[in-house]
Amino acid sequence: MYRYDEFDRRFLQERVAQYSDQVRRRLTGQLTEDEFRPLRLRNGLYLQLHAYMLRVSIPYGALSANQLRMLADIARRYDRGYGHFTTRQNIQYNWIKLEDTPAILAALATVEMHAIQTSGNCIRNITADPFAGVTAEEIEDPRPYCEIIRQWSTLHPEFSWLPRKFKIAVSAAIHDRAAVHVHDIGLYLRRNEAGEIGFQVLVGGGLGRTPIIGKVIREFLPRQHLLSYLEAILRVYNEYGRRDNIYKARIKILVQALGIDKMRDAVETEWSAMDHTPLDLQDETVAEIMQHFAPPAYAPPSEDDDARLSAALAADPAFALWFEHNVAAHKVPGYAIATISLKPAGKPPGDATAEQMDLVAELCESFGFGELRVTHEQNLILPDVRRADLPILWRRLDAAGLGTANAGLASDIIACPGLDYCSLANARSIPVAEKLSLHLAEREHEIGPMKIKISGCINACGHHHVGHIGILGVDKNGEEFYQITVGGSADRDAAVGGIVGRAVAAEDVNGAIDKLLDVYLKTRTDGEDLPATYRRVGAEPFKEAVYGAR
Amino acid sequence: MIAETKYQAVTANRVQDGVPVYLTRDGEWSSRIGDAELLEDCADALVKAQADPLRAIGPYAIDVAVAEGEVRPVGLRETIRAYGPTA
Amino acid sequence: MVLVKGDRAVTDGWTHLDDEAEIPAEGPITVSWSRWHRHHDVLHRSAPLLGVRVPNTVAVAEIGLAVSNFSLIALSFPSFTDGRAFSQARILRDRHHYAGELRATGNFLRDQLQFMQRCGIDAFEVPERAITEDWFAALNEIDLFYQPAADNRPWILRQRLRSAPNP
Repeated sequence: MYRYDEFDRRFLQERVAQYSDQVRRRLTGQLTEDEFRPLRLRNGLYLQLHAYMLRVSIPYGALSANQLRMLADIARRYDRGYGHFTTRQNIQYNWIKLEDTPAILAALATVEMHAIQTSGNCIRNITADPFAGVTAEEIEDPRPYCEIIRQWSTLHPEFSWLPRKFKIAVSAAIHDRAAVHVHDIGLYLRRNEAGEIGFQVLVGGGLGRTPIIGKVIREFLPRQHLLSYLEAILRVYNEYGRRDNIYKARIKILVQALGIDKMRDAVETEWSAMDHTPLDLQDETVAEIMQHFAPPAYAPPSEDDDARLSAALAADPAFALWFEHNVAAHKVPGYAIATISLKPAGKPPGDATAEQMDLVAELCESFGFGELRVTHEQNLILPDVRRADLPILWRRLDAAGLGTANAGLASDIIACPGLDYCSLANARSIPVAEKLSLHLAEREHEIGPMKIKISGCINACGHHHVGHIGILGVDKNGEEFYQITVGGSADRDAAVGGIVGRAVAAEDVNGAIDKLLDVYLKTRTDGEDLPATYRRVGAEPFKEAVYGAR
Repeated sequence: MIAETKYQAVTANRVQDGVPVYLTRDGEWSSRIGDAELLEDCADALVKAQADPLRAIGPYAIDVAVAEGEVRPVGLRETIRAYGPTA
Repeated sequence: MVLVKGDRAVTDGWTHLDDEAEIPAEGPITVSWSRWHRHHDVLHRSAPLLGVRVPNTVAVAEIGLAVSNFSLIALSFPSFTDGRAFSQARILRDRHHYAGELRATGNFLRDQLQFMQRCGIDAFEVPERAITEDWFAALNEIDLFYQPAADNRPWILRQRLRSAPNP
């Protein structure tokens, strides 16, 4: 993974000093809260229901063991012993004191971490496929490009006061594990006919009040033009994005208003007028960054690896279940990609205790090369596990409550923190997720792959719009109700789910989901996931099942 | 049915740690809703609270109900603020 | 209001005319963008040193066409959250090679100064009470930059490449 050099380290130190001074000026009253707020947001600090919340950046989900140990330490020293992994591959702490934040950021800086631009109307964390660099089904490792974009976007002087937040995601694989289609800019790595590397560029995707699937603005962008083209898009957005209404300020609204063709014209005109020379990526620049992501020293498989694994699978059905759902193929023979589920049934999804973080840090060193990934589905990935080590790895995980065999299944629910924590929320999401995951755990293996996503308000941080089943908490006269959508997808076949009917009361959610799943199980043809079934049979069977025939 | 009286109170978040706090009769901020000054009308108290930016962020009025001497917030959001997450 | 250039407060030598005011016999003047549009011939002839105050809603290409007329362009920040003038400033410098004074007016935070300077703004109109002891320190809090801007400072990717050993 990317390792800081002296420039990066000094930069972080300067940033920490700058922020510390901002906190001092706030606490002495030199800065009003209105003035301080945008500054603290640009260092990841929110004010929530119970305390400040700090969102620490985990660039494209990549963490080292030492970094994870620091995150555990911060949870212990400055919070209540746990952290929450988010749908943008970051980590959040819910119980932070403002006066501790300079010390926290200073501690993070010692392990090359920060909270820069994890909030505010600026370019946020660049997210990516958590299987980057280790999956056989990718064109090329997208991480170097994520790192280049991350650096370019850091304290960008022209684009730090945008109409609204700006989110970029990158994928290089056949399966989109980064929800590229619902980002402000989405990038799919690809090759042209000459075999050269470049990007398909999408713009104007997003969730929230107006969920929109991104549209292709450029079919093939040669990789050298990556940064200059991004500047052209950001500049058009900075100049023409709406500033009169925060609910209409994302780039998706601009794209919708202009239409993609006019948007493309505006961007291409701007791009043609630019002098690309400063920003053009030379091959040496890319090569230098790529060196940080060079494959580790994989060991060749031993002759008896497969036999040992088979024996363990035969001997332990619980391990076999975990192997079936939580282990994915690695591009290097003898290795595997393991998903650590942070979704034990009945517990808050995406949380990890400091002890669990310390354990995972140890495990990624013992069973890998000292790195792990955070997924946007709020799980963790150990990317380089020797297949022969999977049985012992799973036993260690299981002993710590990290061995739930539900990756990608119905109880692997994505949920935002909701009204229990978040000042924006209208309803709680965690209790709904807990009850639903318990309820579905029994039948989830029969159901197969199922992505259920829950948001506590229309800001859709739980990505409910693109869940196979989505659940949105709403407030009806002070009571919590839940609106259900079906057929959404965040993969290449991206789609916004259709609303099934009137919002249901909290106690009726499990029953309603059951009915939807029954329809799916009854009508699906071989291998169809729910979005495919939904596309084929339409909304009616689902609506009827929950609300009765019209 | 336990008799309940409705009042208003002023709440905010404490600057140092973001903890929800309630304006007391002495013009201090307490993290316990039981210490809140109970008012018929918050307008004046709110103005005073807004002039206290070194201690309180974003003061606003809430409804509270008093029954058997105990002060309870009205509504789920304020209940969660007062007593913590439910999960 | 105080005018800040470089690392000190300076006197503002410009007279800022509203749309009805007569052009004074001498001295540099600024006019509004709309007055410039209506009367650019007259202004061009009567004011050897001319400045213009441009709303942040004007397309920078339009301003760019006229830059050779101005020794001062005053950009507007209606609210510190409205960052349109950052793009206006940068493009005026980079693309239209505007070399006169580029002045920020309106509402902005001391903590935005460095961003503004990097985009080519070299003068700041600030309420007197905002100039605290540490105000000028804002320009030096960060001295490493990741990306090019209008200030021609070295940026990290480039620097790194130059310090890499030859293959």
